[in-house]
Amino acid sequence: MATTTAPGSAPALRLSPLPPATGRAGLAGAIRSEFTKLRSVRSTYWTIAALFIVSVGVAAIAGFGIASNLHNNPWNKAGTDAAQASLIAFFELGQLIIAVLGAMVITSEYSTGMIRTSLTAMPRRGTVYAAKLIVFGTVTLIVSLITSFVSFFVGQAAMSGSGVSASLFHSVTIPRGVNMSPPAGGPNSNGPPIYHFIGTIVISPSTVLTAIVGTALFVTVVALIAFGLGAIIRHTAGAITSVIGLMFVLPIIIQILPDTWRWDIMRFFPDAAGRVLSVTIGQTNDHLWSAWPQFGVTLIYAAVFLTVGAYLFRKRDA
Amino acid sequence: MIEVRGLTKRYGDKVAVSDLSFGIEPGKVTGFLGPNGAGKTTTMRLILGLDYADAGTVIVDGRQYRDLAYPMREVGALLDAKAVHGGRSAYNHLLCLAQTNNLPTSRVGEVLDLVGLSEVARKRSKGFSLGMSQRLGIAATMLGDPQVLMFDEPVNGLDPEGILWIRNLMKALAGEGRTVFVSSHLMSEMENTADHLIVIGRGKLIADCTMAEFIARSSGAAVRVRTPSPDQLLLAVAAKGGTATVDNDGSLLVRGMPADMVGDIAFEQGIRLHELSVMRASLEEAYMEVTADAVEYHAEARTGAATIGSGV
Repeated sequence: MATTTAPGSAPALRLSPLPPATGRAGLAGAIRSEFTKLRSVRSTYWTIAALFIVSVGVAAIAGFGIASNLHNNPWNKAGTDAAQASLIAFFELGQLIIAVLGAMVITSEYSTGMIRTSLTAMPRRGTVYAAKLIVFGTVTLIVSLITSFVSFFVGQAAMSGSGVSASLFHSVTIPRGVNMSPPAGGPNSNGPPIYHFIGTIVISPSTVLTAIVGTALFVTVVALIAFGLGAIIRHTAGAITSVIGLMFVLPIIIQILPDTWRWDIMRFFPDAAGRVLSVTIGQTNDHLWSAWPQFGVTLIYAAVFLTVGAYLFRKRDA
Repeated sequence: MIEVRGLTKRYGDKVAVSDLSFGIEPGKVTGFLGPNGAGKTTTMRLILGLDYADAGTVIVDGRQYRDLAYPMREVGALLDAKAVHGGRSAYNHLLCLAQTNNLPTSRVGEVLDLVGLSEVARKRSKGFSLGMSQRLGIAATMLGDPQVLMFDEPVNGLDPEGILWIRNLMKALAGEGRTVFVSSHLMSEMENTADHLIVIGRGKLIADCTMAEFIARSSGAAVRVRTPSPDQLLLAVAAKGGTATVDNDGSLLVRGMPADMVGDIAFEQGIRLHELSVMRASLEEAYMEVTADAVEYHAEARTGAATIGSGV
C-alpha cells in the first residue's frame, strides 16, 4: 500500500483553517460538482466518442453511397434529401448512444453506491437533481450540435459532385419528380432508360440550418428522456432497455398495426420528431405533424419522465 | 450534537428501528453497539436523511441534517468506504464532494496528505484495497473540518495496521474536542476507543451509558477468593446477601458485593484467605449478556445494575 504515513502512527491533524462559511450550499456548488463528476469518468468520453464516430462515420459512408448511386442512376436525384441523409445516423443511432450516457449519469450513482456519498455531502436532493440535469443537458446539447454540424459537413463533402448536396450557404435546387420511359430500342434493350425531371424543390440555407439544429435538439431531448428513466428505474440496464423500448421497439410494433390505426397514433410517440425535424424537402409524411409540433410531443415525454424522476429522487430512500 | 427522538423505520413488514431516542454528546467517542441487523446502519442513514423515518426526528446542531447550511462543515460521515465511483480518481472524488459545499480546492490535497493517499491521488479508486478505500472515505469526512464525525464499522475487514490507524485517528479527533459516533461489533476495539456507549438490539435501545457503567452492569464482574475453607465462606457470604459459585480451579467467585465487604466477612468469621481479587468483566462479556436476549434485558438490567455495579 502506497502511503506516506508510518504504520499505525497517529495522523497529524494539521489542516489549515477553512475560510469562514457564508451563505449556504446551493445550486452553483452542486453544478461545479456534477461537472467534475461527468468529466472525471472514462465512460463519458467513450460514449461521446462513440456518438461522434458513429454519426460522422455513417454520414460519410451514406454520402459516398448516395454519390455513387446518383452517378449510376442519375434519375434518383429527384426528391433526394441530401441533408437528412447526413443526419440520419446521428438521430437514429446517436440518440441511442447518448441515451446510454443519460441513463448512466444517474444510474451509475446507484450501481456504485456513490449516491449515498453524494447525498451525504449535499442532502438537498432537488438541488442535486437539478444540477445533474443542467450539467448533463448542457454538455449533451453542445456535443449534439457539434456532432450534427460535423455530420452534415462531412456527409455533404462525401456527396459533393453528385449534384444534390445541400448547403448552409446557398440555395440548392433539386428535381421534385421524374418520368421514366423504357430505353430507346424497346424494354428489352440494354440501353439507359430515358427520364426527364418534373418540377423543382428549392432548399434554402435556413431550411438546412433548421434541420441540423432541430436534429441536435431532438437527440438532446431523447438523452433527457433517458436521464428521467434512469432516475425512475435507478438501474443502468433497466433504464437503457426502457429507452430502446420507447424509441425503437414501440415504433416497430406500431408498424405492424393496421394502417388506419397506426396513422392515427404514430404522431403521439416520441421518436416521430426525429424523422420530420431532419427533413429538408418538405413534409413527407401526412400522418405526422410538422416539425415543431412533433418535437413538442417528444418534449412532453421528456418533461413527464423528468418530473416523475425528480419526484422519486426526492421521495425514495437513497 | 445529535439528538435522536422517537426514531422509527420500517422496511415493509420488518421494523428496523423502533422508537429509538438518544443523544450524542460532544467531545467524546460514542460507541454504537448491537448485533448485525440491530439497526445501527439504518439509524445512521436516518440521521443523514439518506432514508426517511416513519416517525421521529433527528436534530443535528439544532436543525434537520438536510437544512444545515454546509453539511460537510458540521458532520463528516463514512458509512460505506466502497460507496464511491470506482472509475473516478481519489482526487476527483474528493474534489466533487468539496465543490458541493463551496470548500476550497486546496483542501483536497490537504486531506489526501492527512490520510497518506497523496501518491495515489490520481489513480482510479477501483484498484484501492479496503484499507485505502477506508482512508479515502475518512479524507472525505475531514474536508469540511466538521465537529461531528460518524463512522459505520470503520475497522471491518482492516488489517491490524489499519485498525491501529483508525483507533488513533478517532482518539485524536475526540482529543480535539470533536464528537465521534462510531458503530462496531468488535468489542475489543470499542473497549479501547469509546467513552460512551449506545447499545441497540432489534431496533430498540438497550443501554445508553458510559463504558464503565455498562461493564459494571455485567454479571461477569465478581470477586475471586481463594481459601482453604470454601464451604464456610460460602455460607457466610450467602448470609450477607451475596452469591458465590465454585470456579473450575476451586476458588470462589462472589457476586453481589464489593471486594472489601468479602474481606470483612472473612475477617469476622476468622476464615483465612489466600487470594482476594476483583474481576472486571470485559466489554465483550457485558455485551454478550445484554444482547443475548434483547427484549428481556430491560427489566433484568435495571434491577441488577444497582447491586452489581457497586462492587467494581
